[in-house]
Amino acid sequence: MTRDSIVRRITDFANRADPYPVYRELRATPVLHEEEGGPYVISSYWDIEALLHDPRISSEAANLADPGEDAALLQSEETGGLPPSFLRLDPPEHDRLRRIANSAFGPPHQPRRIDGMRGELREIVTALIDGFGDARGIDLVDDFAYPFPVTVICRLLGVPREDEPRFRAWVDPLVASLDPGKRQEADEEFARTAREARMQLGMYLAGLAEERAKEPRDDLLSDLVNSHGPDGAMTMMEVLSTSVLLLIAGHETTVNLITNGMLTLLRHPDVLERLRREPELAPRLVEELLRYEPPVQLVPQRTCLTDIEVRGVTIPKGSRIWLVLAAGNRDPERFKDPERFDPDREDIQHLGFGSGIHICFGAPLARLETQIALTELARRLENPRLVQDPPPYRENAVLRGPRHLEITFDGVRP
Amino acid sequence: MAAEHLDRLRREGRITIVGASLAGLRAAETLRAEGFAGELTLIGDEPYEPYDRPPLSKSVLLGRADPHRTELPRRRETDATWRLGVTATGLDLTAGRVRLSDGDEVEYDRLLIATGVRARPWPKESEARLDGVFLLRTRDDAAGLYQRLRSGPRRVFVIGAGFAGCEVASACREQGIQVTVAERAGAPLVGALGGVVGAVAADLMREHGVDLRTRVTVTALEGDATGRVRAVHLSDESVVEADVVVVSLGSQRNTEWLDGSGLGAGPRGIACDAGCRAFDFRGIVTDDVFVAGDVARSPHALFEYQFLSLEHWGNAVAQAETAAHNMICDGADRRPHLWMPAFWSSQFGVNIKSVGVPPMGEELMITQGSTAERRFVGVYGHKGRVVAAVSFDNTRWLEFYQRAIERGAPFPPEYPTMDRRAENRHPVPADFPDPSLPTHGPMVTLSGWSPADTQLVFHPARH
Ligand SMILES: Cc1cc2nc3c(=O)[nH]c(=O)nc-3n(C[C@H](O)[C@H](O)[C@H](O)COP(=O)(O)OP(=O)(O)OC[C@H]3O[C@@H](n4cnc5c(N)ncnc54)[C@H](O)[C@@H]3O)c2cc1C
Repeated sequence: MTRDSIVRRITDFANRADPYPVYRELRATPVLHEEEGGPYVISSYWDIEALLHDPRISSEAANLADPGEDAALLQSEETGGLPPSFLRLDPPEHDRLRRIANSAFGPPHQPRRIDGMRGELREIVTALIDGFGDARGIDLVDDFAYPFPVTVICRLLGVPREDEPRFRAWVDPLVASLDPGKRQEADEEFARTAREARMQLGMYLAGLAEERAKEPRDDLLSDLVNSHGPDGAMTMMEVLSTSVLLLIAGHETTVNLITNGMLTLLRHPDVLERLRREPELAPRLVEELLRYEPPVQLVPQRTCLTDIEVRGVTIPKGSRIWLVLAAGNRDPERFKDPERFDPDREDIQHLGFGSGIHICFGAPLARLETQIALTELARRLENPRLVQDPPPYRENAVLRGPRHLEITFDGVRP
Repeated sequence: MAAEHLDRLRREGRITIVGASLAGLRAAETLRAEGFAGELTLIGDEPYEPYDRPPLSKSVLLGRADPHRTELPRRRETDATWRLGVTATGLDLTAGRVRLSDGDEVEYDRLLIATGVRARPWPKESEARLDGVFLLRTRDDAAGLYQRLRSGPRRVFVIGAGFAGCEVASACREQGIQVTVAERAGAPLVGALGGVVGAVAADLMREHGVDLRTRVTVTALEGDATGRVRAVHLSDESVVEADVVVVSLGSQRNTEWLDGSGLGAGPRGIACDAGCRAFDFRGIVTDDVFVAGDVARSPHALFEYQFLSLEHWGNAVAQAETAAHNMICDGADRRPHLWMPAFWSSQFGVNIKSVGVPPMGEELMITQGSTAERRFVGVYGHKGRVVAAVSFDNTRWLEFYQRAIERGAPFPPEYPTMDRRAENRHPVPADFPDPSLPTHGPMVTLSGWSPADTQLVFHPARH
């Protein structure tokens, strides 16, 4: 890849704090293919939306014609001891596993599992904010945005919260391995680490799952282990890849959504003040956030089962396709005044959670967590301010968010 | 001159809407949203504010929604004169006047007709009057039927296995009520989706304990001495005891009140151009009478300009919006109504959805999933083009097929999809009944012109 390659600039860490100018440039070539073997990058809203609903587009790595740089990592995903999760599967397998997982997670079988967590979520948030004590400054990531969703996903799944430091050591390399920038540079050592992390995490969860098989509790893991609906049961291996997926997804995306959210609010103090006075603004505000600063910036895991045409360009069978959700979210063909953060926007069908059959499984939970988190932060922090703008970012170009977000304030309201 | 006229219409004109339900309400709201400031009158023969019908055969019968609480949400203030509980009985096209059942008359500068359809009644009146015999179109129908289902009937008998009949049967089974369904065709939903998909629906029904009788007709309803229905007689000479009968024989267009008016209105609805302007009986377009919703019949560029009459919720909304817009616009500012037909139903725990016009298809190919699992997408082809698709529990894929219809994509589709089973490689006859036989699916009627390759490039509205 040449130095001014746009693809290179998407993954270039230098653009992490503000990738939007690169996305704007991307949209000028809606189907961008810079070099042999490189991805076809799709950046406009309607094209992304169409491809997410296109049955000729596969999420299974096995359908890639030329795994190229990814080979070692793909291998590790398959051989890390666990089968691929439903995120990396196509129908009918995808549908079966997702349905079983869903019956443990949401309506109609568990209509209240998420909504019923409202009170619990608020308690966790309150405890975290109370924990700021007399401090006049915090790192929002370490002190709030990370511990909150982690506590939630642990409780939901039924994973002991005190084990968090142990599995964090396995989750981190797995998350890093999702970053296309990292994948391009991945060596055998990196692949081995990812493979091992996946195996370790799998083994850890296997221990818990066995306990739940003997003695079910009121948690998701128990329901997954003991599923017996019309779709039958998950195999133990399927339970493990599903819980690895949920644990990771529950870890990373909401942290970034909350942090990106607070950062955006601190950059728009008028909106922050409004949220303090009108907590009922939260649902719409979170939707606009998902459009404006989505935690999942791009989906790099798609390929086509046949030659397909997008805007007159033929994408050959087996090519790698990147769907840049965050670019589509600011597509002026789709949204009026897309670069403006506007919680009053009426027409807000964003791609923040993707779309189609792989639409974010945890969306209802992520929404609720973020609504409560931001509302409570707005209500309780007195005169919060950013210490550093832009803050330092995480490496990852796929799961984008600040590594730290230092803020100061004049006090904590009761 | 024309601009001045239009300006006056928008400022102080009189617009009358006959039919105060889904299409009528949405048109009224659109008129106001687009700046119509004149006098707006809505005439509706039902005594209620506009309410939603799809729940009537679904959540209402299950007791999950109150039949008196399905009012349509208001999108904005309409500031209209509502004349509810009053029937329009005649139209004077020359004078621009609607006659009402209470003897009153309403003058208009522009008229919108949105009188919809009504349920086709049981033809033998004395039998239709028996206690326990129901139709299902209105809120009162649904409330009455729900009451009766709650009182624990021994068996419900549904005549006709179109969408509504199937939904009623589904609601009964979900509440543990015994139900028999009789259908003239070989399977349920045949008129709407053809015999292949109909067979899937039949399996689904039987599996859920419905006593489904096909290729039979009901010959008589029998009452007891107190005037209550007690049994149903069938053409195969069998007799089924039932204390509730739901007549679900499709619909009739509410156009009789236009007899003699000179408008091109009849049993198949009111023909109009793509801009929702009604034709008179000579086929000449009027410029002040518009039509929308179930009662309308309009040509569609994607379907060989056939005149489509659709009993689809989404069509009523989209057509009402277009009609309202065109009523207060002129010339090039007018928009065609080129809505992609789409229909949904839910029964026996399955979500059924279709896009396009399935009955136009001669052939069907299952492109995803499998009919045996009752999760699939099927694509309908007509003269080598994709014209429709249906999904069972696979709604998320339909958008893709909708685009294929818009593009006039070739049929059968040759590309692989991620969930195409070996048994589904080939198209099969879709197996629609002879169109001259009575059915009660959403209708398609011919306009006569049939361009093999369309000159028109279709750019669907995306907002
Ligand atoms: C039980 C049921 C279930 C349905 N389920 C679905 C579904 O799942 N999906 C779907 O897409 N569609 C469904 N539909 C169809 C959908 O409800 C209709 O397409 C929609 O209601 C059409 O709206 P409309 O305004 O054109 O007609 P209508 O809703 O029929 O309104 C016409 C109104 O005009 C009144 N009227 C008639 N003649 C006169 C007159 N001379 N003077 C004054 N008023 C008059 C009528 O009484 C009525 O109130 C269902 C319909 C029913 C009945």
